[in-house]
Amino acid sequence: MDWLYLAEVALAGLGAGALYALTGVAFVLIYKATRVVNLAIGEILMIGGYVFFGLVAGAGLSVWAAIPLTILAGAVLGVLVERTLIRPMLGESPISVFMVTIGLGSILAGIVELVWGADPLRLPEFIPNTPIFLGEAYLAPKVAYGALVAALLIAGAVVALRFSRGGVALRATARDQGAAYSMGIDVGRVFSLSWMAACATAAGAGVIVGAIGGISPTMGIFGLSVLVVVIVGGLDSMAGALVGGLLIGLVEALAGSFLGGEFKLLATFSLLIIILMIRPYGIFGSHEIERL
Amino acid sequence: MRIGTLKLSYAADEALFDTRVQWIWLGLLTLALALFPFVAGPYWIYMACLVAINVASATGLNILTGYTGLVSLGQAAFMGVGAYTVAVLETRVGTPFVINLLLAGGLTAAVGVVFGIPSLRVKGLYLAIATIAASMILHFLFAHWELTGGTRGLSMPPANLFGIALDQPQKLYWLIIPVTALMVLGAANLFRTRVGRAFIAIRDRDISAEVLGIPLLQTKLTSFALSSFYAGVAGGMWAYFFRVVTPESFPLINSIFYLAAIIVGGMGTILGGILGATFMTLVPEFLKLVVGWLTPWVPDALSLLAPIRTIVFGALIVGFLIFEPQGLAEIWQRIRRFFHLWPFRT
Repeated sequence: MDWLYLAEVALAGLGAGALYALTGVAFVLIYKATRVVNLAIGEILMIGGYVFFGLVAGAGLSVWAAIPLTILAGAVLGVLVERTLIRPMLGESPISVFMVTIGLGSILAGIVELVWGADPLRLPEFIPNTPIFLGEAYLAPKVAYGALVAALLIAGAVVALRFSRGGVALRATARDQGAAYSMGIDVGRVFSLSWMAACATAAGAGVIVGAIGGISPTMGIFGLSVLVVVIVGGLDSMAGALVGGLLIGLVEALAGSFLGGEFKLLATFSLLIIILMIRPYGIFGSHEIERL
Repeated sequence: MRIGTLKLSYAADEALFDTRVQWIWLGLLTLALALFPFVAGPYWIYMACLVAINVASATGLNILTGYTGLVSLGQAAFMGVGAYTVAVLETRVGTPFVINLLLAGGLTAAVGVVFGIPSLRVKGLYLAIATIAASMILHFLFAHWELTGGTRGLSMPPANLFGIALDQPQKLYWLIIPVTALMVLGAANLFRTRVGRAFIAIRDRDISAEVLGIPLLQTKLTSFALSSFYAGVAGGMWAYFFRVVTPESFPLINSIFYLAAIIVGGMGTILGGILGATFMTLVPEFLKLVVGWLTPWVPDALSLLAPIRTIVFGALIVGFLIFEPQGLAEIWQRIRRFFHLWPFRT
């Protein structure tokens, strides 16, 4: 057993897992506030990568101007989607809303392919590429910086959710919509806010994911892994998204390097089935009690 | 104008087709289906076979999702199990196709039950995601098991009926259409039986159903088994139709396609499964036609086909869910109502 190799693989896995966790946080934000399972999160992430590419390569902006604009575009997209597609589905069965987000994902993937073509593209290099060593173990600089930014963003999201006015309103709405409404919280605006924040986060994650692995219209697959992350962690738990993200990143990296690349998805989805059988609501998810 | 139908017995009230007019329409439909291959060109016969296969699979998914309320995103993978079973039996054993199709259905039903076991503990979206996991695991098996020929897949000889090789859509039509018709009829009859009614009870409120004495796990697994049986037979017909089965033949997007088909058609109605699968199969062909017309004006119109198809596919799902949640079946009912009430309500 080569311990150094194992450590390097594990580090790379945790780095990738940080991005899963970041996207998972975006997913959980939406689920907490609106009870919508957003399967389009992978496609929104992809839109983020492509908008960034369009701004830098197409419009010739500098990278540091393009990143805030990409995040802004994500926020606008989030509000737009929430108002036009999700709000009309209020009160419909969760399955219908879930299917709407699948349809949305398909629309977004089609638009990207229509505008930018089906071939994979590379984002311009902007992450410093001096090699990084943690002790003896080598870590790819892109993954390291990506994970660092993801960690900062997650920390920001957790702090905002804990202390900011909007965050408190969001948590109140998640706990009890009726009570939140009677306390003067505009629940509709909280819905928009959660979609805005989540899609902005996802678009930001898309820039990092695109910088590491390139962008293509099939990038939405990333969303499937994120889905596993949030199911494993528990749909409505921030901590769950964090732990789940790191866990899935680790499992994928280990399965990928010790068994072969094709085992990645098999490993994560087998883990998913096992977790569903043992803890149906995820590791940290809240157990829903049904009444007649 | 029809005022009402007089029913004198409970059996008459329960009948699948209750008026003579319906029987006449049914007869006309059968006649039209029987005459179709003699008047239509090869392309339309090809499309008819494809539509019929999709109708069979969508009807199966409708039993599970529309009637039992268990959302599955594994229908395409289950079809793959059926297709591979047929391909392996045909190339290695050489049994007649009727037995192959039945075995495909049976084996897929068994696989469906195994992957339906999580429905014991989870439901709704969690179950949908468990079925995504199931389809990923099945895909891995298709691509990495020697028996299924790895990523190259399997090619197989045509079905053989009394020495006639069913190698053309014109000949396969006589296999696929009757089998699909039987399956649809079977599904329609299912919901007149105790089992079918139990499915509906579980969909409407599973806890109440359990209180009423319906064994939840057993009934849910029965639903999984039946639905997978339909998928397996449909997959078997698919294998005979294309005669090459590869792991890429049944991607996750096809499972979404079947779910979209029953949403567009109308969940929980037999007619919905038929209309939805027909509609969703024909829309891409229609788009191909439109893009063909555009070619003289738009330079590389053909390269736009794939993304436009993806967008239209998504837009149809979203549009139907927001504006017509009951699907095409409801539109059909509305048209019927209009003619029933015609002079009085316009």
